[in-house]
Amino acid sequence: MIQFSKVNKWYGEYQALVEVTAAVAQGEVVVVCGPSGSGKSTLIRTVNRLEEIQKGSIYLNGQDIHAKGLDLNAFRTQVGFVFQQFNLFPHLSVVENICLAPLTVRQQSKAEARSKAMALLERVGLAHKAEAYPQQLSGGQQQRVAIARALAMDPPVMLFDEPTSALDPEMVGEVLAVMKELAREGMTMVCVTHEMNFAREVADRIWFMDKGAILEEAKPAVFFSAPEHPRAQAFISDLRNH
Amino acid sequence: MFEIIANNWQQLLVGQYPQGALGGLALTMILSVLGLIIAFPLSVVLAFCRISPYKVLNIPATILVYVVRGLPLVMLVFWSYFLVPVLVGQSVSGFTALICTLVIYEAAYLSEVVRAGIQSIPEGQVEAARSLGMSYRKTMLKVVLPQALYNMVPSLISQFVSLIKETSIGYVISVQEITFSANQINTQLLTKPFEVFAILALTYYILCFCLTQFAKWAERRTTQKRLGLRSPKGGELNDPVLESQ
Repeated sequence: MIQFSKVNKWYGEYQALVEVTAAVAQGEVVVVCGPSGSGKSTLIRTVNRLEEIQKGSIYLNGQDIHAKGLDLNAFRTQVGFVFQQFNLFPHLSVVENICLAPLTVRQQSKAEARSKAMALLERVGLAHKAEAYPQQLSGGQQQRVAIARALAMDPPVMLFDEPTSALDPEMVGEVLAVMKELAREGMTMVCVTHEMNFAREVADRIWFMDKGAILEEAKPAVFFSAPEHPRAQAFISDLRNH
Repeated sequence: MFEIIANNWQQLLVGQYPQGALGGLALTMILSVLGLIIAFPLSVVLAFCRISPYKVLNIPATILVYVVRGLPLVMLVFWSYFLVPVLVGQSVSGFTALICTLVIYEAAYLSEVVRAGIQSIPEGQVEAARSLGMSYRKTMLKVVLPQALYNMVPSLISQFVSLIKETSIGYVISVQEITFSANQINTQLLTKPFEVFAILALTYYILCFCLTQFAKWAERRTTQKRLGLRSPKGGELNDPVLESQ
Protein backbone atom coordinates (compact mmCIF):
# COMPACT_ATOMS: atom_id res chain seq x y z
CA MET A 1 0.00 0.00 0.00
CA ILE A 2 2.72 2.45 1.03
CA GLN A 3 6.31 1.87 0.04
CA PHE A 4 9.26 3.97 1.11
CA SER A 5 12.38 3.35 -0.89
CA LYS A 6 15.67 4.91 0.21
CA VAL A 7 13.92 8.10 1.34
CA ASN A 8 16.24 10.93 2.39
CA LYS A 9 15.31 14.37 3.59
CA TRP A 10 17.43 17.27 4.71
CA TYR A 11 16.56 20.51 6.47
CA GLY A 12 19.57 22.47 5.30
CA GLU A 13 22.54 20.64 6.77
CA TYR A 14 20.45 18.53 9.09
CA GLN A 15 19.40 15.14 7.75
CA ALA A 16 15.88 14.41 8.98
CA LEU A 17 15.34 11.11 7.18
CA VAL A 18 18.13 8.65 6.40
CA GLU A 19 17.70 5.94 3.76
CA VAL A 20 14.22 4.96 4.94
CA THR A 21 13.05 1.79 3.20
CA ALA A 22 9.86 0.20 4.45
CA ALA A 23 6.42 -0.89 3.37
CA VAL A 24 2.90 -0.91 4.78
CA ALA A 25 0.58 -3.62 3.53
CA GLN A 26 -3.13 -3.16 2.90
CA GLY A 27 -5.16 -3.37 6.10
CA GLU A 28 -2.05 -3.19 8.23
CA VAL A 29 -1.70 -0.98 11.29
CA VAL A 30 1.82 0.31 11.75
CA VAL A 31 2.80 2.28 14.82
CA VAL A 32 5.87 4.44 14.48
CA CYS A 33 7.61 5.11 17.75
CA GLY A 34 10.89 6.47 18.96
CA PRO A 35 12.30 9.42 20.86
CA SER A 36 11.27 13.01 19.99
CA GLY A 37 13.10 14.45 17.03
CA SER A 38 13.66 11.03 15.52
CA GLY A 39 11.84 11.89 12.30
CA LYS A 40 8.58 10.02 12.93
CA SER A 41 6.28 12.91 12.08
CA THR A 42 8.47 13.99 9.19
CA LEU A 43 8.25 10.48 7.77
CA ILE A 44 4.47 10.29 7.71
CA ARG A 45 4.19 13.87 6.49
CA THR A 46 6.16 12.86 3.39
CA VAL A 47 3.41 10.41 2.44
CA ASN A 48 0.91 13.13 1.47
CA ARG A 49 3.69 15.50 0.51
CA LEU A 50 3.25 17.97 3.33
CA GLU A 51 7.02 17.49 3.44
CA GLU A 52 9.03 17.06 0.27
CA ILE A 53 11.94 14.64 0.10
CA GLN A 54 15.25 15.19 -1.63
CA LYS A 55 16.16 11.60 -2.50
CA GLY A 56 14.39 8.27 -2.86
CA SER A 57 10.83 7.45 -3.76
CA ILE A 58 7.48 6.80 -2.14
CA TYR A 59 4.73 4.74 -3.72
CA LEU A 60 1.10 4.71 -2.71
CA ASN A 61 -0.97 1.91 -4.24
CA GLY A 62 1.76 1.42 -6.82
CA GLN A 63 1.69 5.10 -7.80
CA ASP A 64 4.89 7.15 -7.54
CA ILE A 65 3.74 10.13 -5.49
CA HIS A 66 6.47 12.33 -6.95
CA ALA A 67 5.65 11.43 -10.57
CA LYS A 68 5.55 14.33 -12.99
CA GLY A 69 2.00 15.30 -13.89
CA LEU A 70 0.57 13.86 -10.69
CA ASP A 71 -2.57 15.71 -9.66
CA LEU A 72 -1.47 16.53 -6.12
CA ASN A 73 -4.93 17.52 -4.89
CA ALA A 74 -6.59 14.39 -6.24
CA PHE A 75 -3.76 12.28 -4.82
CA ARG A 76 -4.14 13.81 -1.36
CA THR A 77 -7.77 12.75 -1.13
CA GLN A 78 -6.45 9.17 -0.96
CA VAL A 79 -4.58 9.85 2.25
CA GLY A 80 -6.46 10.81 5.40
CA PHE A 81 -4.32 12.85 7.78
CA VAL A 82 -4.97 13.53 11.45
CA PHE A 83 -2.89 16.22 13.14
CA GLN A 84 -1.64 16.56 16.67
CA GLN A 85 -3.34 19.97 16.98
CA PHE A 86 -6.62 18.76 15.32
CA ASN A 87 -6.62 21.80 13.01
CA LEU A 88 -10.39 21.98 12.78
CA PHE A 89 -11.66 25.05 10.94
CA PRO A 90 -12.87 27.32 13.76
CA HIS A 91 -15.21 29.37 11.55
CA LEU A 92 -17.23 26.32 10.55
CA SER A 93 -19.54 24.13 12.58
CA VAL A 94 -18.66 20.48 13.15
CA VAL A 95 -20.79 19.24 10.28
CA GLU A 96 -19.51 22.00 7.98
CA ASN A 97 -15.94 21.01 8.84
CA ILE A 98 -16.66 17.50 7.64
CA CYS A 99 -18.63 18.55 4.55
CA LEU A 100 -16.19 21.17 3.28
CA ALA A 101 -13.88 18.90 1.29
CA PRO A 102 -16.65 16.63 -0.09
CA LEU A 103 -18.49 19.76 -1.26
CA THR A 104 -15.57 21.68 -2.73
CA VAL A 105 -13.29 18.88 -3.93
CA ARG A 106 -15.74 16.13 -4.81
CA GLN A 107 -18.60 18.45 -5.79
CA GLN A 108 -21.02 16.30 -3.83
CA SER A 109 -24.52 17.59 -3.31
CA LYS A 110 -25.26 19.22 0.03
CA ALA A 111 -27.68 16.48 1.03
CA GLU A 112 -25.23 13.74 0.11
CA ALA A 113 -22.30 15.35 1.95
CA ARG A 114 -24.41 16.04 4.98
CA SER A 115 -25.85 12.57 5.33
CA LYS A 116 -22.35 11.10 4.97
CA ALA A 117 -21.08 13.55 7.59
CA MET A 118 -23.84 12.63 9.99
CA ALA A 119 -23.09 8.92 9.54
CA LEU A 120 -19.42 9.60 10.30
CA LEU A 121 -20.32 11.69 13.35
CA GLU A 122 -22.48 8.82 14.52
CA ARG A 123 -19.48 6.56 14.16
CA VAL A 124 -17.23 8.77 16.31
CA GLY A 125 -20.08 9.30 18.77
CA LEU A 126 -20.63 13.00 18.16
CA ALA A 127 -23.81 13.18 16.09
CA HIS A 128 -25.36 15.42 18.74
CA LYS A 129 -22.54 17.96 18.27
CA ALA A 130 -23.10 18.41 14.54
CA GLU A 131 -24.11 22.06 14.85
CA ALA A 132 -21.58 22.98 17.52
CA TYR A 133 -18.44 24.96 16.77
CA PRO A 134 -14.94 23.57 17.45
CA GLN A 135 -14.34 25.95 20.39
CA GLN A 136 -17.30 24.40 22.18
CA LEU A 137 -15.79 20.92 22.11
CA SER A 138 -13.21 19.29 24.33
CA GLY A 139 -9.88 18.35 22.81
CA GLY A 140 -10.87 14.71 22.57
CA GLN A 141 -14.11 15.59 20.81
CA GLN A 142 -12.26 17.90 18.42
CA GLN A 143 -9.86 15.14 17.50
CA ARG A 144 -12.73 12.73 16.86
CA VAL A 145 -14.30 15.31 14.55
CA ALA A 146 -10.92 15.66 12.81
CA ILE A 147 -10.87 11.89 12.25
CA ALA A 148 -14.41 12.02 10.85
CA ARG A 149 -13.38 14.91 8.59
CA ALA A 150 -10.49 12.89 7.18
CA LEU A 151 -12.73 9.84 6.70
CA ALA A 152 -15.25 11.88 4.71
CA MET A 153 -13.04 11.62 1.63
CA ASP A 154 -13.02 7.79 1.91
CA PRO A 155 -9.25 7.53 1.97
CA PRO A 156 -7.84 4.00 1.71
CA VAL A 157 -5.04 5.02 4.10
CA MET A 158 -5.13 7.01 7.33
CA LEU A 159 -2.09 8.69 8.84
CA PHE A 160 -2.09 9.84 12.47
CA ASP A 161 0.54 12.31 13.63
CA GLU A 162 0.60 12.04 17.43
CA PRO A 163 -3.20 12.30 17.61
CA THR A 164 -3.35 12.19 21.41
CA SER A 165 -0.26 14.20 22.37
CA ALA A 166 -2.12 17.50 22.71
CA LEU A 167 -4.89 16.01 24.84
CA ASP A 168 -5.50 15.97 28.56
CA PRO A 169 -4.97 12.41 29.87
CA GLU A 170 -8.66 11.76 30.46
CA MET A 171 -9.45 12.41 26.80
CA VAL A 172 -6.84 10.12 25.28
CA GLY A 173 -9.04 7.05 25.67
CA GLU A 174 -11.96 8.31 23.58
CA VAL A 175 -9.69 9.09 20.63
CA LEU A 176 -7.87 5.77 20.86
CA ALA A 177 -11.24 3.99 21.01
CA VAL A 178 -12.20 5.52 17.67
CA MET A 179 -8.82 4.57 16.20
CA LYS A 180 -9.12 1.00 17.47
CA GLU A 181 -12.54 0.73 15.87
CA LEU A 182 -11.06 1.91 12.56
CA ALA A 183 -8.27 -0.63 12.80
CA ARG A 184 -10.77 -3.39 13.51
CA GLU A 185 -12.68 -2.45 10.37
CA GLY A 186 -9.54 -3.10 8.35
CA MET A 187 -8.33 0.46 7.66
CA THR A 188 -4.69 0.75 6.62
CA MET A 189 -3.15 2.99 9.26
CA VAL A 190 0.18 4.49 10.14
CA CYS A 191 0.23 6.10 13.58
CA VAL A 192 2.95 8.10 15.17
CA THR A 193 2.19 7.85 18.86
CA HIS A 194 3.63 7.62 22.32
CA GLU A 195 0.71 5.50 23.49
CA MET A 196 2.51 2.23 23.98
CA ASN A 197 -0.57 0.39 25.19
CA PHE A 198 -2.29 1.27 21.96
CA ALA A 199 0.76 0.05 20.04
CA ARG A 200 0.81 -3.21 21.95
CA GLU A 201 -2.88 -3.83 21.47
CA VAL A 202 -3.63 -2.59 17.98
CA ALA A 203 -0.44 -2.49 15.91
CA ASP A 204 0.40 -5.25 13.49
CA ARG A 205 3.94 -3.97 13.41
CA ILE A 206 6.06 -1.40 15.18
CA TRP A 207 8.65 0.73 13.45
CA PHE A 208 11.25 2.08 15.81
CA MET A 209 12.94 5.23 14.57
CA ASP A 210 15.90 7.19 15.80
CA LYS A 211 17.90 9.97 14.15
CA GLY A 212 15.85 9.76 10.95
CA ALA A 213 16.25 6.05 10.33
CA ILE A 214 14.06 3.02 10.98
CA LEU A 215 16.24 0.91 13.26
CA GLU A 216 13.86 -1.90 13.95
CA GLU A 217 10.65 -3.37 12.56
CA ALA A 218 8.93 -5.94 14.70
CA LYS A 219 5.64 -7.34 15.86
CA PRO A 220 4.57 -5.63 19.08
CA ALA A 221 4.97 -8.79 21.16
CA VAL A 222 8.57 -9.10 20.04
CA PHE A 223 9.33 -5.39 20.16
CA PHE A 224 8.15 -4.86 23.70
CA SER A 225 9.70 -8.03 25.16
CA ALA A 226 12.89 -8.56 23.20
CA PRO A 227 13.92 -5.67 20.92
CA GLU A 228 17.05 -6.34 18.93
CA HIS A 229 18.59 -2.95 18.33
CA PRO A 230 20.47 -1.52 21.32
CA ARG A 231 18.73 1.83 20.99
CA ALA A 232 15.33 0.12 20.91
CA GLN A 233 16.36 -1.81 24.02
CA ALA A 234 17.24 1.45 25.75
CA PHE A 235 13.91 2.98 24.64
CA ILE A 236 11.95 0.01 26.03
CA SER A 237 13.81 -0.04 29.31
CA ASP A 238 13.16 3.71 29.68
CA LEU A 239 9.45 2.99 29.20
CA ARG A 240 9.54 0.34 31.91
CA ASN A 241 11.16 2.75 34.33
CA HIS A 242 8.29 5.20 34.02
CA MET B 1 -26.13 76.82 13.61
CA PHE B 2 -29.63 75.46 13.14
CA GLU B 3 -30.38 78.47 11.06
CA ILE B 4 -27.48 77.67 8.77
CA ILE B 5 -28.72 74.11 8.41
CA ALA B 6 -32.31 75.28 7.85
CA ASN B 7 -31.23 77.68 5.11
CA ASN B 8 -28.68 75.47 3.40
CA TRP B 9 -29.72 71.85 4.04
CA GLN B 10 -30.38 71.25 0.40
CA GLN B 11 -26.93 72.34 -0.65
CA LEU B 12 -25.31 70.31 2.12
CA LEU B 13 -27.34 67.26 1.19
CA VAL B 14 -27.22 67.18 -2.61
CA GLY B 15 -25.18 70.23 -3.78
CA GLN B 16 -26.48 71.98 -6.90
CA TYR B 17 -28.81 69.08 -7.72
CA PRO B 18 -31.27 69.05 -9.52
CA GLN B 19 -30.18 72.28 -11.25
CA GLY B 20 -26.58 71.11 -11.43
CA ALA B 21 -24.49 68.06 -10.68
CA LEU B 22 -25.21 65.91 -7.63
CA GLY B 23 -22.98 66.98 -4.73
CA GLY B 24 -22.92 67.42 -0.97
CA LEU B 25 -23.40 64.58 1.46
CA ALA B 26 -24.94 62.41 -1.26
CA LEU B 27 -21.78 62.64 -3.34
CA THR B 28 -19.58 62.02 -0.30
CA MET B 29 -21.51 58.85 0.39
CA ILE B 30 -21.39 57.73 -3.22
CA LEU B 31 -17.63 58.31 -3.27
CA SER B 32 -17.14 56.41 -0.01
CA VAL B 33 -19.28 53.43 -0.91
CA LEU B 34 -17.94 53.18 -4.45
CA GLY B 35 -14.38 53.57 -3.18
CA LEU B 36 -14.88 50.81 -0.64
CA ILE B 37 -16.60 48.44 -3.02
CA ILE B 38 -13.77 48.72 -5.55
CA ALA B 39 -10.81 49.12 -3.17
CA PHE B 40 -11.56 46.19 -0.89
CA PRO B 41 -11.56 43.33 -3.43
CA LEU B 42 -8.59 44.96 -5.12
CA SER B 43 -6.73 45.01 -1.81
CA VAL B 44 -7.34 41.26 -1.39
CA VAL B 45 -5.90 40.63 -4.85
CA LEU B 46 -2.93 42.90 -4.05
CA ALA B 47 -2.36 41.08 -0.76
CA PHE B 48 -2.22 37.72 -2.55
CA CYS B 49 0.23 39.19 -5.06
CA ARG B 50 2.37 40.40 -2.17
CA ILE B 51 2.60 36.93 -0.59
CA SER B 52 2.90 35.15 -3.93
CA PRO B 53 6.16 33.30 -4.62
CA TYR B 54 5.90 34.43 -8.27
CA LYS B 55 8.04 37.49 -8.88
CA VAL B 56 5.80 38.74 -11.73
CA LEU B 57 3.03 39.27 -9.19
CA ASN B 58 5.07 40.00 -6.12
CA ILE B 59 7.40 42.74 -7.40
CA PRO B 60 4.84 45.07 -9.05
CA ALA B 61 2.49 44.76 -6.08
CA THR B 62 5.29 45.53 -3.64
CA ILE B 63 6.41 48.55 -5.65
CA LEU B 64 2.84 49.86 -5.84
CA VAL B 65 2.34 49.53 -2.08
CA TYR B 66 5.65 51.19 -1.23
CA VAL B 67 5.20 54.06 -3.68
CA VAL B 68 1.62 54.81 -2.65
CA ARG B 69 2.46 54.66 1.05
CA GLY B 70 5.35 57.03 0.50
CA LEU B 71 3.33 59.77 -1.18
CA PRO B 72 0.77 62.24 0.20
CA LEU B 73 -2.79 61.70 -0.95
CA VAL B 74 -3.15 65.25 -2.20
CA MET B 75 -0.24 64.76 -4.53
CA LEU B 76 -1.75 61.58 -5.94
CA VAL B 77 -5.03 63.41 -6.52
CA PHE B 78 -3.30 66.20 -8.44
CA TRP B 79 -1.35 63.65 -10.39
CA SER B 80 -4.33 61.71 -11.58
CA TYR B 81 -6.26 64.91 -12.29
CA PHE B 82 -3.56 66.63 -14.33
CA LEU B 83 -1.39 63.80 -15.57
CA VAL B 84 -3.92 61.14 -16.57
CA PRO B 85 -5.59 63.37 -19.23
CA VAL B 86 -2.13 63.87 -20.77
CA LEU B 87 -1.53 60.13 -20.78
CA VAL B 88 -4.92 59.03 -22.13
CA GLY B 89 -5.40 62.07 -24.37
CA GLN B 90 -8.84 62.73 -22.94
CA SER B 91 -10.08 64.95 -20.17
CA VAL B 92 -10.93 63.18 -16.96
CA SER B 93 -13.69 64.37 -14.66
CA GLY B 94 -12.81 65.28 -11.09
CA PHE B 95 -15.10 62.51 -9.90
CA THR B 96 -13.30 59.83 -11.93
CA ALA B 97 -9.87 61.13 -10.94
CA LEU B 98 -10.84 61.15 -7.28
CA ILE B 99 -12.36 57.67 -7.29
CA CYS B 100 -9.31 56.22 -9.05
CA THR B 101 -6.95 57.87 -6.60
CA LEU B 102 -8.93 56.84 -3.54
CA VAL B 103 -9.18 53.28 -4.78
CA ILE B 104 -5.44 52.94 -5.45
CA TYR B 105 -4.50 54.69 -2.22
CA GLU B 106 -6.88 52.69 -0.04
CA ALA B 107 -6.19 49.40 -1.81
CA ALA B 108 -2.49 49.79 -1.07
CA TYR B 109 -3.08 50.42 2.64
CA LEU B 110 -5.82 47.80 2.96
CA SER B 111 -3.68 45.20 1.21
CA GLU B 112 -1.14 45.40 4.02
CA VAL B 113 -3.90 44.82 6.55
CA VAL B 114 -5.21 41.88 4.53
CA ARG B 115 -1.73 40.44 4.06
CA ALA B 116 -1.05 40.53 7.79
CA GLY B 117 -4.42 38.90 8.41
CA ILE B 118 -3.75 36.09 5.96
CA GLN B 119 -0.29 35.46 7.36
CA SER B 120 -1.56 35.33 10.92
CA ILE B 121 -3.68 32.22 10.24
CA PRO B 122 -1.83 29.19 11.65
CA GLU B 123 -0.06 27.01 9.10
CA GLY B 124 -2.01 24.02 10.43
CA GLN B 125 -5.21 25.41 8.88
CA VAL B 126 -3.65 25.41 5.44
CA GLU B 127 -2.11 21.97 5.98
CA ALA B 128 -5.45 20.53 7.08
CA ALA B 129 -7.25 21.90 4.02
CA ARG B 130 -4.52 20.87 1.61
CA SER B 131 -4.31 17.36 3.00
CA LEU B 132 -8.04 17.01 2.34
CA GLY B 133 -7.22 17.60 -1.32
CA MET B 134 -8.35 21.24 -1.48
CA SER B 135 -6.48 23.41 -3.97
CA TYR B 136 -4.57 26.53 -2.91
CA ARG B 137 -7.37 28.72 -4.24
CA LYS B 138 -10.13 26.86 -2.42
CA THR B 139 -8.05 26.73 0.74
CA MET B 140 -7.64 30.50 0.69
CA LEU B 141 -11.27 31.17 -0.24
CA LYS B 142 -12.96 28.75 2.13
CA VAL B 143 -10.56 28.39 5.04
CA VAL B 144 -8.01 31.19 5.32
CA LEU B 145 -9.86 34.31 4.13
CA PRO B 146 -13.03 33.83 6.19
CA GLN B 147 -10.93 33.56 9.34
CA ALA B 148 -8.48 36.28 8.35
CA LEU B 149 -11.19 38.80 7.44
CA TYR B 150 -12.94 38.21 10.74
CA ASN B 151 -9.71 38.85 12.65
CA MET B 152 -9.05 41.95 10.56
CA VAL B 153 -12.41 43.64 11.17
CA PRO B 154 -11.08 46.31 13.59
CA SER B 155 -8.22 47.34 11.29
CA LEU B 156 -10.44 47.18 8.22
CA ILE B 157 -12.97 49.47 9.86
CA SER B 158 -10.42 52.13 10.73
CA GLN B 159 -9.23 51.97 7.14
CA PHE B 160 -12.80 52.29 5.86
CA VAL B 161 -13.36 55.24 8.17
CA SER B 162 -10.31 57.00 6.84
CA LEU B 163 -11.58 56.43 3.31
CA ILE B 164 -14.77 58.32 4.18
CA LYS B 165 -12.73 61.21 5.46
CA GLU B 166 -10.33 61.11 2.54
CA THR B 167 -13.16 61.83 0.10
CA SER B 168 -12.92 65.42 1.40
CA ILE B 169 -9.73 65.82 -0.59
CA GLY B 170 -11.96 66.01 -3.66
CA TYR B 171 -12.29 69.66 -2.67
CA VAL B 172 -8.90 70.47 -4.22
CA ILE B 173 -10.01 69.33 -7.68
CA SER B 174 -13.50 70.83 -7.31
CA VAL B 175 -15.41 67.62 -6.75
CA GLN B 176 -18.51 69.04 -5.14
CA GLU B 177 -18.78 66.70 -2.16
CA ILE B 178 -19.84 67.94 1.25
CA THR B 179 -16.59 69.74 2.13
CA PHE B 180 -16.92 71.67 -1.10
CA SER B 181 -20.55 72.51 -0.30
CA ALA B 182 -19.63 73.63 3.20
CA ASN B 183 -16.92 75.84 1.86
CA GLN B 184 -19.34 77.42 -0.62
CA ILE B 185 -21.77 78.14 2.18
CA ASN B 186 -18.98 79.60 4.25
CA THR B 187 -18.02 81.88 1.39
CA GLN B 188 -21.62 83.10 1.11
CA LEU B 189 -22.05 83.71 4.82
CA LEU B 190 -18.51 85.02 5.41
CA THR B 191 -18.99 85.55 9.15
CA LYS B 192 -19.81 82.06 10.39
CA PRO B 193 -16.85 79.81 9.60
CA PHE B 194 -16.88 78.08 12.99
CA GLU B 195 -20.54 77.08 12.74
CA VAL B 196 -20.31 75.97 9.13
CA PHE B 197 -17.30 73.79 9.68
CA ALA B 198 -18.73 72.43 12.92
CA ILE B 199 -21.69 71.20 10.89
CA LEU B 200 -19.27 69.62 8.47
CA ALA B 201 -17.33 67.96 11.30
CA LEU B 202 -20.51 66.60 12.85
CA THR B 203 -21.64 65.18 9.55
CA TYR B 204 -18.40 63.30 9.04
CA TYR B 205 -18.43 62.15 12.63
CA ILE B 206 -21.95 60.75 12.40
CA LEU B 207 -21.15 59.00 9.14
CA CYS B 208 -18.04 57.34 10.58
CA PHE B 209 -19.76 56.54 13.87
CA CYS B 210 -22.56 54.72 12.05
CA LEU B 211 -20.02 52.62 10.21
CA THR B 212 -18.08 51.67 13.34
CA GLN B 213 -21.30 50.83 15.19
CA PHE B 214 -22.46 48.64 12.34
CA ALA B 215 -19.08 46.90 12.32
CA LYS B 216 -19.25 46.31 16.06
CA TRP B 217 -22.68 44.79 15.72
CA ALA B 218 -21.60 42.54 12.85
CA GLU B 219 -18.49 41.45 14.72
CA ARG B 220 -20.45 40.63 17.85
CA ARG B 221 -22.88 38.57 15.82
CA THR B 222 -20.10 36.48 14.29
CA THR B 223 -18.40 36.00 17.63
CA GLN B 224 -21.62 34.83 19.22
CA LYS B 225 -22.23 32.42 16.39
CA ARG B 226 -18.77 30.93 16.77
CA LEU B 227 -19.13 30.58 20.49
CA GLY B 228 -22.37 28.77 19.84
CA LEU B 229 -24.54 31.33 21.63
CA ARG B 230 -26.72 31.57 18.55
CA SER B 231 -26.59 27.99 17.38
CA PRO B 232 -29.93 26.26 17.70
CA LYS B 233 -28.58 22.84 18.62
CA GLY B 234 -25.40 21.52 20.20
CA GLY B 235 -26.68 21.19 23.75
CA GLU B 236 -25.20 18.83 26.29
CA LEU B 237 -26.38 15.38 25.37
CA ASN B 238 -24.73 12.12 26.20
CA ASP B 239 -21.61 11.06 24.36
CA PRO B 240 -21.64 7.35 23.47
CA VAL B 241 -17.85 7.05 23.02
CA LEU B 242 -17.19 8.68 26.40
CA GLU B 243 -19.79 6.52 28.10
CA SER B 244 -18.28 3.32 26.74
CA GLN B 245 -15.01 4.13 28.50
